Amino acid sequence: MATNGAGRPRPRGSGFELYSWLFMRISGVLMLIFLLGHLYIMHIINSVEVVNYNFVAARWGTPLWRTWDLILLLLAALHGSNGLRILIDDYIHSHGWRVVALAVLYVLAIGFILGGSLVLFTFQPVAS
Amino acid sequence: MYKGGEGYWSWIFHRITGVGVALFLFIHVADTFIIGWGPGVYNAVTSLYRNPVFKIAEVILVAAVLYHALNGIRVILVDFWGEGVLKQRSIFWAEVVVFVILFVPTAILMLSRL
Repeated sequence: MATNGAGRPRPRGSGFELYSWLFMRISGVLMLIFLLGHLYIMHIINSVEVVNYNFVAARWGTPLWRTWDLILLLLAALHGSNGLRILIDDYIHSHGWRVVALAVLYVLAIGFILGGSLVLFTFQPVAS
Repeated sequence: MYKGGEGYWSWIFHRITGVGVALFLFIHVADTFIIGWGPGVYNAVTSLYRNPVFKIAEVILVAAVLYHALNGIRVILVDFWGEGVLKQRSIFWAEVVVFVILFVPTAILMLSRL
């Protein structure tokens, strides 16, 4: 338990868990730019009052914002679903329910990454 | 194993805010995916976010993201910086101060548009 203020202890060896631990820290630092920037621009400078179809269509007219959103989608979905995976491992002790929860998580995570990427790559604005 | 102290509570809040932000992320990817269905559907769905209940939830979301981000920086400092472990309590209270400085004006601005 992280009572000394550290995060999870660095996993031993060089397997998946070590890369997962490193990924959380690296993606976390990258999201200081991509997620805090997104929040600042979309929720503080702008607001939900001005975000509508035309706003997003204009924003996605520039490759910069499509790329920004794709990077943010991948970082956030992988960071978030990896965090949920760790919580499921920590808190669901029944083997059967843990398998069910992980299966639901993986299906949702893959579905949302594919669906989100699809709309970012294929979106063509229509007149509204 | 013991409970309590800055290290314990910062860790509990990190988990709670992480789950909250992750759940909202799934909702947010879904509402953005709907833009592919055209302006009518997208504008109808996203107009829900203009409800005052959602605007208050938006402020809570910003608080959760900001805490998770600042505490993540603290975790990285304690993990990778040699003196971080010794200074973890000071770093925690510095994090609280930075949180208040950044969040209070942001919340006032966001709530003033309610």
